[in-house]
Amino acid sequence: MQVKEFKPLIVAFCCNWCSYAGADLAGNNRADYPADVKIIRLPCSCRVNPMFILKAFQKGADGVILCGCLPGDCHYTSGNYYTRRRMAMLFSMLDFLGIERERTRVEWVSAAEGAKFAATMNDFVATVKALGENKRLEDLRCKK
Amino acid sequence: MQKVTREALIEKAASLLANGTVTSVLAWKKGEFDYDITPALFTGEEEMHAELVWNDFCGANLSKYLVAKTKKAEGKILVFLKSCDTYSFNQLLTEHRFDREKVYAVGIPCCGMADIDKVKAISGDGIASIECAEKIKVSTIYSEGAAEMDLNDVLLERCESCKSKKHVAYDELMGEEGEILDSHRFDEVERLEAMTPDERFAFWQEELSKCIRCNACRNVCPACTCEVCVFNNPASGVESKAPVNDFEEKMFHIIRAFHVAGRCTDCGECSRVCPQNIPLHLLNRKFIKDMNECYGEYQAGETVGQRAPLVDYTLDDLEAGEVFERGGDNA
Repeated sequence: MQVKEFKPLIVAFCCNWCSYAGADLAGNNRADYPADVKIIRLPCSCRVNPMFILKAFQKGADGVILCGCLPGDCHYTSGNYYTRRRMAMLFSMLDFLGIERERTRVEWVSAAEGAKFAATMNDFVATVKALGENKRLEDLRCKK
Repeated sequence: MQKVTREALIEKAASLLANGTVTSVLAWKKGEFDYDITPALFTGEEEMHAELVWNDFCGANLSKYLVAKTKKAEGKILVFLKSCDTYSFNQLLTEHRFDREKVYAVGIPCCGMADIDKVKAISGDGIASIECAEKIKVSTIYSEGAAEMDLNDVLLERCESCKSKKHVAYDELMGEEGEILDSHRFDEVERLEAMTPDERFAFWQEELSKCIRCNACRNVCPACTCEVCVFNNPASGVESKAPVNDFEEKMFHIIRAFHVAGRCTDCGECSRVCPQNIPLHLLNRKFIKDMNECYGEYQAGETVGQRAPLVDYTLDDLEAGEVFERGGDNA
């Protein structure tokens, strides 16, 4: 009997100015990363309300990664510094509730780092794949 | 600490009403039973003599009620604040939720408040009446005579780990000034942190699956004063309690805890009002502990106008992934 391979659903929030351009560069350079990654473009990593991340999990994401400009390089000067504090607190809380800490990640990727973007996504998808399906943070009311 | 009597409160309120300083008084009155004391607004002395209550069950934090009451009231409102309530009072002022000019705050010393569940554990169910004096005397419909207990044996959890007897805001203080205490309030959070992730998940699954989504924690929380709440949105998919699985309410509690992070003064009202006795204050304390450890000591509501950690930053904050690598955290 053939066992169906687990395909994780990964949501990547990318800031318009650095990481999204980094993803673009990864594509231009023909750098491979899995199609499991669904990119959502945002004006700034700071746009990510912690609820977005929870909502992604509710709707069936298995892992959520947030990419922004390198600290100091934010297009809006300081957006990613706020993101850093918020996400540190949110991740710590999810861990406190016993959610696997590998399911969430923040990575700073600049527009010139196409190779890093692809490598990050490969690594993250492999990590989440090893963890398996997101059971602890799922919300059956929100799944379709 | 010297307790102030109910008569002293009424006398104080009556004199301020009489000389025109205030036009109404925000205090407590008896609810359905002797132990469910609810906030109430009084405008006359007779009314206060008849209904005003000040005893070991006045846990309700009156600060939040000022938001709605000051909007309607003509003239000043007198409000009685226990030491922990004054932190919420300051925090609401920081957020410009009510007009300080319309409030006359009287600080009253507090010896801690009683937890009705602990009282019931001693006296048994069916409480007919409660008298609070030196000892708490509880008579039930099933027993003859009254069960006596010491307030210190039936304290609310939040009062056992009281963070401060000091009033940080008042126009007038009755009794003496208290002190900030070393409360060990993070002990329980540390105990949970020392568990494995699986144990923690099991703990929270057990606790949060009891949630009936009555929204009492949100309604009582002095930090939850948004005029339109995100949970009132029927399109969110999480506004109702639907029996799909037994751990669906985690989202509500994570979102709520994050929403008040940095603004929560740790008044403990959420856990006090929870009909299912979920230790909700632990979520808030976890955030407070994390922020203290990562971004420096911070107590919301200590002064008016201070900047909370989550609306601030430094260039060398720790990275989100590094939050797990702090000392004492297990992997």
